[in-house]
Amino acid sequence: MAEPRQLIGMTVAAQQFGVRIEAVRDILGPQQLAKVPLAPPEIAGVLNLRGRVVTAIDLARRLGIDRDDKRPADQAMNIVVEDRGELYSLLVDRVGVVLTLGAERFEADGSSLPQHWRPLAHGLFRLDDALLVELDIERVLALQPVG
Amino acid sequence: MDDLLSEFLTECLESMTVLDGDLVRLERSPDDPELLAGIFRVVHTIKGTCGFLDLVRLEAVAHAAENVLGKLRDGEMAASRPVVSVVLQALDRIKEILDGLATTQVEPLGDDSTLIAALDAIAATGTAPAEPPSGAVTPPVLATAEAEDATDLSLAVVERPGEARNVTGPAAERLVAQTLRVPVELLEQLMTLVGELVLTRNQLLQAVRHGSEPALQSPLQRLDQITGELQEGVMKTRMQAIGTAWSKLPRLVRDLAIEVDKEIELTMHGAETELDRQVLEMIRDPLTHMVRNAADHGLETADERQRQGKPAKGTIGLDACHEGGHIIIEISDDGRGLDTARIAEKAAARGLAQEADIAAMAERDIQQFIFHPGFSTAETVTAVSGRGVGMDVVRTNIEKIGGSIGIRSTKGQGSTFTIKIPLTLAIVSALIFEAGGERFALPQLGVVELLRAGGQSGHRIETMDGMRVLRLRDRLLPLASLAQVLGLGPRVAGAAGQTDAGSYVVVVRVGARVLGLEVDRLFATEEIVVKPVAPILRSVSAFSGNTILGDGSVVMILDLNGLAAMLDLGRGEVDRRQAADQRQRPDEPVSLLLFEADGGQQMAVPSALVTRLEQIEASAIERTGGRSVVRYRDSLMPLANIEGRPAAFDTGRRPTLVFTDCGRHMGLVVDRIVDVTEARIELELASGGGNDLGTAIIADRPTRLLDVAFFVNRAFGGWFAALETEAFHGNERRARRVLIVDDSRFVRSMLQSILEAQGMQVTTADSADRALRMRDEGRLFDLIISDIEMPGTDGFAFVENCRAGGAWQRTRIVALTSHATPSDVGRGRLAGFDGHVGKLDREALISTLSVDREPLKVA
Repeated sequence: MAEPRQLIGMTVAAQQFGVRIEAVRDILGPQQLAKVPLAPPEIAGVLNLRGRVVTAIDLARRLGIDRDDKRPADQAMNIVVEDRGELYSLLVDRVGVVLTLGAERFEADGSSLPQHWRPLAHGLFRLDDALLVELDIERVLALQPVG
Repeated sequence: MDDLLSEFLTECLESMTVLDGDLVRLERSPDDPELLAGIFRVVHTIKGTCGFLDLVRLEAVAHAAENVLGKLRDGEMAASRPVVSVVLQALDRIKEILDGLATTQVEPLGDDSTLIAALDAIAATGTAPAEPPSGAVTPPVLATAEAEDATDLSLAVVERPGEARNVTGPAAERLVAQTLRVPVELLEQLMTLVGELVLTRNQLLQAVRHGSEPALQSPLQRLDQITGELQEGVMKTRMQAIGTAWSKLPRLVRDLAIEVDKEIELTMHGAETELDRQVLEMIRDPLTHMVRNAADHGLETADERQRQGKPAKGTIGLDACHEGGHIIIEISDDGRGLDTARIAEKAAARGLAQEADIAAMAERDIQQFIFHPGFSTAETVTAVSGRGVGMDVVRTNIEKIGGSIGIRSTKGQGSTFTIKIPLTLAIVSALIFEAGGERFALPQLGVVELLRAGGQSGHRIETMDGMRVLRLRDRLLPLASLAQVLGLGPRVAGAAGQTDAGSYVVVVRVGARVLGLEVDRLFATEEIVVKPVAPILRSVSAFSGNTILGDGSVVMILDLNGLAAMLDLGRGEVDRRQAADQRQRPDEPVSLLLFEADGGQQMAVPSALVTRLEQIEASAIERTGGRSVVRYRDSLMPLANIEGRPAAFDTGRRPTLVFTDCGRHMGLVVDRIVDVTEARIELELASGGGNDLGTAIIADRPTRLLDVAFFVNRAFGGWFAALETEAFHGNERRARRVLIVDDSRFVRSMLQSILEAQGMQVTTADSADRALRMRDEGRLFDLIISDIEMPGTDGFAFVENCRAGGAWQRTRIVALTSHATPSDVGRGRLAGFDGHVGKLDREALISTLSVDREPLKVA
């Protein structure tokens, strides 16, 4: 990784994550969600973004984060990403700033990541005051375990 | 012109136009392999297609040219100038023949033997003859003339191509210019955009309805109208004639006839009927399957047929026509018909129903068993139509696209399958309701009726070991709580109180099953744009898509087949007759015309609805575009039989009931006129559409009371402009007292019978002035349905008068229109109408009256 990467930072249950800025289509405040009964538990619902139906993913659940401060899905921030022509929204607690991160801060080796995050992440960035996990959107959106 | 031929020509002329440029380049760089390959492909395609179309001359030239081009392409010979010249001549000839085809639709006469010989010589020797048959530009036919005796005949032959060229050049160009090839992808994209536009318009309309911004009204109406027209236009671009799905069938039937050793004729009517290409793709296989079935199982062998006094040759018929927003396809055969006894036996053997139940079933209902999974009555399994996977697969495929299939069959006379499918899948009318705190949409086609159950409603819910059933008109209907099925938990807190207050039941039909879905609240019906769900959700079979409503929220669209599979209803079989209602009609005697149809069944229509009785001669009937028509009082009158299908009979004359509306006539062909009688009718009502209102005992015989509206609707179909309907809004109660204002006696009688059948008290007025007098006398109604065009005070003036003040200022008033144009609708809204409904659209009328736009307040 020679070029520095631009990531949008986000927080879920006090942990910092990032996705590459190219994948992000929109950042939205809390949205009204329609539930999709019988859907996998990671699916928080569907929402309307300017006439397009966006499927919302509860990122905490997707990452298996067991949180005690259960926050209703319609109070979360939405990071809308595109994958193969479909729009998905990642529900997060807070949206951070755009970070430009150089290769010297990157850990591609997943061994310092919790095991169940490894398949979902590109790697880890060492920030000055925290660690930021760069998510692999394609894998995050593939609900069946990748394998 | 033959569709196939015209398509072929369009394609060929297009590629030949491209070739023109290539040919010039070929002369300059005769050994460009890419160029040669391109030309080879075009010629190869033309040759390949010629065989299908029986274009002998074209095929011969193209074949010879292809041989040479193939060798050039493969580098087996050098593209010397003389060789190229001959190739160019061949291409010119192909163009000539194509031009001739475009004007006369047959291959122009001409002799190509010299040209072909020259081409063959090149292909064989790899070199051009020292002296090419003629110059590159001169039509080589001249060479023929020179080579042979210049008889009159060959002179005529010589002149023809040149002639054709001069005259037909422009014709061919016109053919190209009139059609434009557009990638399907682009059309899909346009359709998606139009869908978005429809949604945005709905949102705007909803927003403005609540506020009152007079400056917005007029542009919004315009937007509304343009959006509607645009939607229709774009939809049309995706339309294809159903004939394209039929094109392979004649050959299939021919091969089948040989294989099963039967004589079969295939007749096709209405091949030009258009439908959305997406739908077309999805019915192609079911149709093929059914035609195979008809050939294999339906028709008898020639011997067998002759023994029964039938013509040796069996007929399989395909008919298609439009009806409202649907297309009706019929696949009929004049074969042995269904063996009801055998079906009953088999159904019992397979445990599909109790023997005693089957014994009590009507023939029609027994026939429905053929749609059950794994049900096949073929005596022998043949190579033609396999086994087991039969009509149930066909039905599933058809239902997947929101269609339905039915059968009627008479032993010894044949079977007819009727398929009804929507013209498009992109935009459908759907019922919106709430269950478990979430809203859902359900396409209207699957909805049989809406009920209030429990509480004070009279429809009692019984529980047996956790299973809930509804007592509905002395029958039992299995119930499922939608919230529970969808895992949204039991209905919200205070369950006991809720049960007492009652819930809403959406009665749906899934295949042959009818069941009730309990929901919490009902909203409106809305035109929704179906959007596929994200791939991540495809595994959830309960939903077929999602959509965005007028208020901007997203709702999931329920898939009845998926739901039924989840519910595993098993044999929770409920027959169709279950949807029969018993309500008392007013006690006034009605004058009825009794007649016989459908094999001696007695039927009745109110005499007031019949304009005349006529005898129609078989020879006077003309069939056009899948319809039967007859000349009647200087216009063409469509004829329908008792099933509402185009009527045809071969000999003699048959009595015909003539109905008239708005100066147009339609004829219902029957077997025999019985009598005119006065009777008080107590109807057992059928509520699921179809062609009758119910059955009553009249003159000591069970008599079907015919739904005239159904016939007028079906037989007139496309003759009337498409009927537009809209449920009216803001109605918090079901209308009970209804006033009909219309100057046509026919319309008044018809609506009265339909509405009274729905349990309403109906009052009629033959003019707006008379209606206004009623108002001044202090009479009150829940709903007023008014015609627009009336002598004297018209509908607009009438509603304006009502809105200006007086007792009816706030009464719901709906416009009754025979052909609503968007501008009519807009004007109606401005004048003060709450909505409009098509005159002859019985289903829409009833749904308008029975669906509450706003949720009911629980008492």
